[in-house]
Amino acid sequence: MLIKTIFSGFGGQGVLSTGQILAQAAMLQGRFVTYLPSYGAEVRGGTANCTVTISDEEIASPIASEPEFVVALNQPSFSRFQNLLHSGGFLLYNSSLVEPAFVRGDIETRGVPITELAQKIGNVKVANMIMLGAFIAVSNLLAFDRMLKHLPDILGAGKAKLLKANQEAFERGYHFIEEHAHGD
Amino acid sequence: MTKKLMYGTHAIGEAAIQAGCTCYFGYPITPQNELPEYMSQRLPEVPGGVFIQAESELAAINMVLGASVAGARAMTSSSSPGISLKQEGISFLAGSELPAVIVNIMRGGPGLGNIAPAQSDYFQATRGGGHGDYRLVVFAPASVQEMADLTFHAFDVADEYRTPVMILGDGMLGQMMEPVVMPKPRKGKKAAEKDYILTGAKGRPARLVKSLILDTKDMEEHNWKLVRKFKRIEERETRWEGYMLDDAEMVVIAYGTAARIARGAINRLRREDSNLRVGMIRPITVSPFPVKAIRDAAQTIKDFFVFEMSTGQMVDDVRLALEGQGTIHFYGRPGGVVPSARELGRSIARRYYQAIRKRKQ
Repeated sequence: MLIKTIFSGFGGQGVLSTGQILAQAAMLQGRFVTYLPSYGAEVRGGTANCTVTISDEEIASPIASEPEFVVALNQPSFSRFQNLLHSGGFLLYNSSLVEPAFVRGDIETRGVPITELAQKIGNVKVANMIMLGAFIAVSNLLAFDRMLKHLPDILGAGKAKLLKANQEAFERGYHFIEEHAHGD
Repeated sequence: MTKKLMYGTHAIGEAAIQAGCTCYFGYPITPQNELPEYMSQRLPEVPGGVFIQAESELAAINMVLGASVAGARAMTSSSSPGISLKQEGISFLAGSELPAVIVNIMRGGPGLGNIAPAQSDYFQATRGGGHGDYRLVVFAPASVQEMADLTFHAFDVADEYRTPVMILGDGMLGQMMEPVVMPKPRKGKKAAEKDYILTGAKGRPARLVKSLILDTKDMEEHNWKLVRKFKRIEERETRWEGYMLDDAEMVVIAYGTAARIARGAINRLRREDSNLRVGMIRPITVSPFPVKAIRDAAQTIKDFFVFEMSTGQMVDDVRLALEGQGTIHFYGRPGGVVPSARELGRSIARRYYQAIRKRKQ
């Protein structure tokens, strides 16, 4: 099994760090993993994206030519990256910012209002962790419990102050998908 | 052994420090800037550590020469256009028989080209690159783990043979993150005494390190000496990896990022079609080139599929190794394009069945 996921959004939304957290979690769960950030002639305030590949065997290419999942945190990413998805692929988006007009008919989509959910926790900075929790719930790529347990190691001492909020956000996103099983 | 998720560039930097590198000199260029950035942070923590962002690539490579002649383990890094600028210094290092590690994170070229991963500098790396009759030792890692392992090893090779050594990566290997187990120096292992370095002649005869040898007879002998040294390196340091060669009817030859994609293509092909018996020879040193491995394979295998992210450079070395035996198929994707395993697999499968049909006719 080899699954590629693109995380995308505005620079500053935590797109790259979300991808890195997923990659580290995969490593800690004994999987093969690669993380590839986009680089190139990007501008400040523009879009950022990264590709995380998780597999049970060695990974040939870290580039997502046809990803199974796209996580889009803003409108431009929503439009741009859904075109890369496999038929039958899954598009998870930030419904706080994205208006899901023009969606391909051959993919599944799911919106999560991460800004509103983060405000309820009391810290909009952890909106990306809500998305990551939701992503684990829809993808089943990694074991949720083990990932939650590894979060302190992954986030490290630098993020110790925000650990609780991050954990809470991660759990909130995961349970949001479970509670809204039918996309309502 | 704990694994850590690291960028390719950072893995090179940390492995260099673990290998005892105390001097880094460089000038910024994408896609390798994370390496000098890492060294600027790490080297001040190392006893005797020196990091200098030089005023140019020329300055950087000559600072490496200076540090090396004083006995330090020194490194510089750049990407294709910047490596071109360093060639004079590399030639001087080779001529003066000075160890150094030079990292090239290749991008698309020629000229300024672009910043996407490519394998366009194979000729420059393996044929010396600078002027004069010399060869570089060139390692071509294919994963972040190998970037660490081969960088660590490169410092030993450079010192043992008194030669500049190049790590030939590309933008993809440099920018990606993968789990790495960092090589550590063996406890109690002491570096061999360098009997040529310039440390002040107090209490001993003066030494001279130079590449200027005006007497033609002496220069001729110096050139043959470099050749003998490279022969020794060839015998002892050539590295390659064989993959699924036992039953192979066709061998893919690829290095670095291209080899990763080739492995993916081979796995996919063999899973989908059990009649398709394809293996791979992956040069880990592209200079010295694993000639013997390819010649040995040619005793039973007739078809060789060379894949490079260039218009075809290593394919010349394969041709030289085969000396007219077998058939060479080539697939090249230059300019910073990284094809998927699926794309490469299609080309391999087509050539494979064409070759089988041809043999039956």
